[in-house]
Amino acid sequence: MATLSFISSNSSLLFNKISISKQKKAPTKILAVMTPETSERKPSTTGSVKTGMTMTEKIFARASERSQLSPGENVWVNVDILMTHDVCGPGSIGVFKKEFGDNAKVWDREKVVLIPDHYIFTSDERAKRNVDILRDFADEQNIKYFYDITDRGNFKANPDYKGVCHIALAQEGHCRPGEILVGTDSHTCTAGAFGQFATGIGNTDAGFVLGTGKLLLKVPPTLRFVLDGEMPDYLLAKDLILQIIGEISVSGATYKAMEFVGTTVESLSMEERMTLCNMVVEAGGKNGIIPADATTFKYLEGKTSLSYEPVYSDAQAGYLAEYRIDVTKLEPLVAKPHSPDNCGLARECKDVKLDRVYIGSCTGGKTVDFVAAARVLLASGDKVKVPTFIVPATQKVWMDLYTLPVPGSGGKTCSEIFEQAGCDAPRSPSCGACVGGPLDIYARMNEPQLRL
Amino acid sequence: MIVVDVKLACCPAARIDLPLYSLHCRLPPPTTTTQLTMAAAATSLANPAAFSSSLTRRCHHHQQVFPSIATLNVSNSTKQRSFKTLITSNPTLTRRPSVVAAATSDSSSSVSGASFHGTCYVVRDNIDTDQIIPAEYLTLVPSKPDEYKKLGSYALIGLPASYETRFVEPGEYQSKFSIIIAGDNFGCGSSREHAPVALGAAGVAAVVAESYARIFFRNSVATGEIYPLESEVRICDECKTGDVVTIELEQSLLINHTTGKQYTLKPIGDAGPVIEAGGIFAYARKTGMIPA
Repeated sequence: MATLSFISSNSSLLFNKISISKQKKAPTKILAVMTPETSERKPSTTGSVKTGMTMTEKIFARASERSQLSPGENVWVNVDILMTHDVCGPGSIGVFKKEFGDNAKVWDREKVVLIPDHYIFTSDERAKRNVDILRDFADEQNIKYFYDITDRGNFKANPDYKGVCHIALAQEGHCRPGEILVGTDSHTCTAGAFGQFATGIGNTDAGFVLGTGKLLLKVPPTLRFVLDGEMPDYLLAKDLILQIIGEISVSGATYKAMEFVGTTVESLSMEERMTLCNMVVEAGGKNGIIPADATTFKYLEGKTSLSYEPVYSDAQAGYLAEYRIDVTKLEPLVAKPHSPDNCGLARECKDVKLDRVYIGSCTGGKTVDFVAAARVLLASGDKVKVPTFIVPATQKVWMDLYTLPVPGSGGKTCSEIFEQAGCDAPRSPSCGACVGGPLDIYARMNEPQLRL
Repeated sequence: MIVVDVKLACCPAARIDLPLYSLHCRLPPPTTTTQLTMAAAATSLANPAAFSSSLTRRCHHHQQVFPSIATLNVSNSTKQRSFKTLITSNPTLTRRPSVVAAATSDSSSSVSGASFHGTCYVVRDNIDTDQIIPAEYLTLVPSKPDEYKKLGSYALIGLPASYETRFVEPGEYQSKFSIIIAGDNFGCGSSREHAPVALGAAGVAAVVAESYARIFFRNSVATGEIYPLESEVRICDECKTGDVVTIELEQSLLINHTTGKQYTLKPIGDAGPVIEAGGIFAYARKTGMIPA
């Protein structure tokens, strides 16, 4: 098997030499490199063979039952959770049955989570059929977690139905530190907020996991983002991740892990951490990851009865690069058409005419996002000037809109503030118009318009 | 507004990891697009393409030296005035191009003589999966043969109007273009496997891009629908839609007959023997991961 060795050096001790070799245990002396190397000296001659691993590497090691591994290695990992939804589930099931046989059984009926969420509130017959395919499979395989919907006219009449898969996974306690979670959706990386490895895969890979519970993955090198400083009142995690994407571009993290640490990250709620990790794929990243801490454990209390073991990056772990951000210097940002890395300051876009506003999706449809929006609307005291659509991510978020008092509002709920500001009433939780889908999806843009 | 692709030194230069998968080479040399499509369809349904045990390549030739902060600010100013580069990164980090121990010197010898010949369709950078197959068509399930066929008719239908030539003519299920030439980050966006499937169903034999988004690349190889090849230079700047091209897999070569130019392609990797095994499932069976 080929080995990678890439060597980075710098003038601070933040970076360490990364060398991947498969030979014997390293001598204990670690060389701190102060100047860039001018010759290509093999790691074994410099005495700085690394044994520290990043948390992503550690998760891979544990999942592949190895004590040590390095970026670039391809390993078979044991998958802890496989998630799929109504768009990609049927295709994955098709591959599974084709390859393993019509009577095959999934590797573990408790590790497959079926979450219809994409094309739900639509009259499209094929979309409905796709949810039926999930249901048939869940019945046949006795899948423990299938968040079904049958009554599309009233989402509340479906006790199992949740809404957006990535938020539902978190709310239902399926995201646990140290685990490997794969899903047939690019934003599966959201779950990395819980200190686990989570990434998106396609139908064929998912079909393979369904039958074996394993996946062949390449260990990614890690980019480290250190965010420090007290989070200003006018910023959300979305501004942070947009700043990062704007600077490293939509292919800046391709094939890499993005690790978020620092005092700011530690101060973020789980929902805000999920926003950070959610858009890792918009930078091309393989996974986003945040170390688990008291905030994580508190969130998980009562949500899962399964035990978990968090992992943390070693102090001497090797990173491909490290970025430091002082969040107090940032301003609210907007990603302008037509790319997530085309970022501009929100204040410089204030003269751009909008056609509509949509608040929802796995990125921006969580409780924290609606509370922030409500506070802005409350502060302005005005009515909205364009159609404003509110689509909570899950049933739980929907409930929060109607029950949680918004800080500083004198006891008003988000829903009351939205109503007073002239927004559309909150709609059935799902991915909604974010992805598009069938043409009759609520708030779908069916002509060229500018939507925030 | 011009979007300047601000490549901070570290990330593109450190694209050391080659995508995991490699390509199925058991397809017979295509004589017509239709034949290849049928072969691809049959192979993809039966034998999703293989993994390579590991793929490496040389570091990207782009930036080798980390720019200073001042340089970063200057380059950003051409993008938009006020978006400041506020992330500090280590300016003395150097990245050298050839530190990767390439195990690919023997790569292409294991790929048996497949070649592709056809007209090419040229696209630019960052072609995302919404352009390849818009979300409204994702109710079609790729594992169902009649819906697989329909996906082909919608391939690249999401491209903006600036692409004057349509990839698939209205009413058709296949494209007359069997090779796509693209810039950077082809297939970015969603994880939808419908994307490489739609291209394959439309008759695309191979894509030659400067680089790929990872999930798209992985899906391409897993399904065996298209060969995701990488170019050394920006071929998309030198070829035009409609040029007649041949790809010689064994020599990792793309020949543009219309312009007379030839381009070296990056080797697929040491996946040859794994490809010969015949796909992810076959590979897993062969290595004992799943019962035969």
